[in-house]
Amino acid sequence: MAALINVPTKAKRGDVIEIRTLTSHIMETGFRRTMGGALVPRDIITTFTCRYNGTEIFRADLFPAIAANPYLSFFTVAKESGKFEFEWIGDNGYSSTASASITVE
Amino acid sequence: MPTTRRQFLGIAGGITVAGTIPIVTLRPLEATPAMLNTAIRNVVGEAQLRIGKVKIDIPPLVENGNTVPMTVSVASPMTADDYVKSIHVFNEKNPQPNIGNFYLNPSSGRAQISTRIRLADTQKVVAIARLSDDSFWQVATEVVVTLAACTEEVN
Repeated sequence: MAALINVPTKAKRGDVIEIRTLTSHIMETGFRRTMGGALVPRDIITTFTCRYNGTEIFRADLFPAIAANPYLSFFTVAKESGKFEFEWIGDNGYSSTASASITVE
Repeated sequence: MPTTRRQFLGIAGGITVAGTIPIVTLRPLEATPAMLNTAIRNVVGEAQLRIGKVKIDIPPLVENGNTVPMTVSVASPMTADDYVKSIHVFNEKNPQPNIGNFYLNPSSGRAQISTRIRLADTQKVVAIARLSDDSFWQVATEVVVTLAACTEEVN
């Protein structure tokens, strides 16, 4: 699934940088009903993780109250050049990944 | 006597402030304040909840509860000795009291997260931060929602 990742490509060592992510997902709450009255089964992303050169730097547990196409923004200190890896895990075996690189001077 | 525009707006404004526009008629479940308290206690345990340090940026009045932008920030130096471990966000009247748990660490640099949330009704949103000394700090804010999310019918 498509994910939009916004990470600065360059930073100075020690800078606090913002990371913004957006992924496409319906985030069906499990509380909605069809016109016929049947409950629509829940289908959400439950966990988001961000790793920076293999080390977890941010994690989130998501609930149905997170809007469709979950957007998350958070911060980290630019320590070294390398790679950010993002992972979304959810209901019905849903899993999606993305990555972004940064050069730290 | 015909209602003047001024009177009408006055009444309409009063209704909006009181949050009594009956938009949601079919709501199978909602997080009652009791559920909210239970959800908070599940995170905080018996620890004391203090007021302060945490800030929620959220529009006070939203037209569409399906995507409400929210930023939670915590006043913290974010050093190895004094940082925010986690931020937990709750609501009062969605079908479920939890919104999200966000785990930070000293290398986060700044204790701030943003996301977009759903709100099913005019209600209170509560954010709680757990600091590295295991103290808990909270803030609550009221959001008026005119179009509810979560429980609308699927077309």
